[in-house]
Amino acid sequence: MMSTVKVDTLGQQIIDRYQKGFPLSTTPFKDIANELGLEEQRVIDCVSSLQESEIVSRVGPVFNHEKAGASTLAAISVPEQLLNEVADQVNRFDEVNHNYAREHEYNLWFVVTATDEQHLERTLRAIQNTTGYAILNLPMEQAYHIDLGFKLNWS
Amino acid sequence: MSEAHSAPKLNDIQQQALKCAIQSGLPVDSRPYLTLANIIGGSEQQVITCIEEWINNGLIKRFGLVVKHHKLGYNANAMVVWNIPSHLVDEIGERIKQSGLVTLCYRRPRRLPDWNYNLFCMIHGKDRGQVLQQLNQLIKTCQLTEIEHDILFSYKQFKQCGGRFHRQHHTAPSAHCVPERKAINHG
Repeated sequence: MMSTVKVDTLGQQIIDRYQKGFPLSTTPFKDIANELGLEEQRVIDCVSSLQESEIVSRVGPVFNHEKAGASTLAAISVPEQLLNEVADQVNRFDEVNHNYAREHEYNLWFVVTATDEQHLERTLRAIQNTTGYAILNLPMEQAYHIDLGFKLNWS
Repeated sequence: MSEAHSAPKLNDIQQQALKCAIQSGLPVDSRPYLTLANIIGGSEQQVITCIEEWINNGLIKRFGLVVKHHKLGYNANAMVVWNIPSHLVDEIGERIKQSGLVTLCYRRPRRLPDWNYNLFCMIHGKDRGQVLQQLNQLIKTCQLTEIEHDILFSYKQFKQCGGRFHRQHHTAPSAHCVPERKAINHG
């Protein structure tokens, strides 16, 4: 079972406020510090430590890859005892950026991101050939709601 | 800022290099955009203007701290998929968005006979119970009782990292992402 990491009040404040809308100024950490009435260094230290403890994976963009190039959600159905092995094969593709086991007959779900449609098609074929399993290819057709970071419950 | 308008835009190669440079995160220092500018051979203001443009045109969905939810005790996530009559899917997609109960809501194609769901949403919670509770609330709020659905809880995370841009004309990988294998607590 995974232990939950504690985040101090400053860390919580920064996360709540800046999952989106990080300042685009020459001194963004200073701007955050000014807003919170703190020294710039405290904010830099706080964000660094959030990254070191892997609570925050990065400060930066979440790209819309449908717009940036080509991407799709793919699924395959793998016998449970082979799941780890096949997941490793899939992970070896640089174009794969999310890969999860899910409770369904289609039990391995991954997102493939490529520079363009041809690159995407090529990658899907290659994954199919490597793993030997047919891919369910489910590209996004319409986004009603995109991930904007959600409100966390700190209790 | 007038300076921003008079400065020429970053060229395509610089823009591609900037995408590669920021996808793994900004340097956490006092002048992160200056550091990036030095890496890609542009000016600090060009970098800022370019990122602003990407946010405005939707290439960047959000710009800020990207949280690893499982570290904060968000151990359950379910992809909930729905089989919605095609003429209703846009209306229901909007309703689900309005509910504020999901983190994502996308329409995707059916693949008959293997797959007959056309609307996908993601629900995150601290445990399975919380996710199911949220789903029940969603069904009530959005009047989805009659709609066939399935709940795909995740139970293992094999890899998770931001999507990647690949430096054109280079074979070297543009960013480092270590695949991880994590058991996810069912709660």
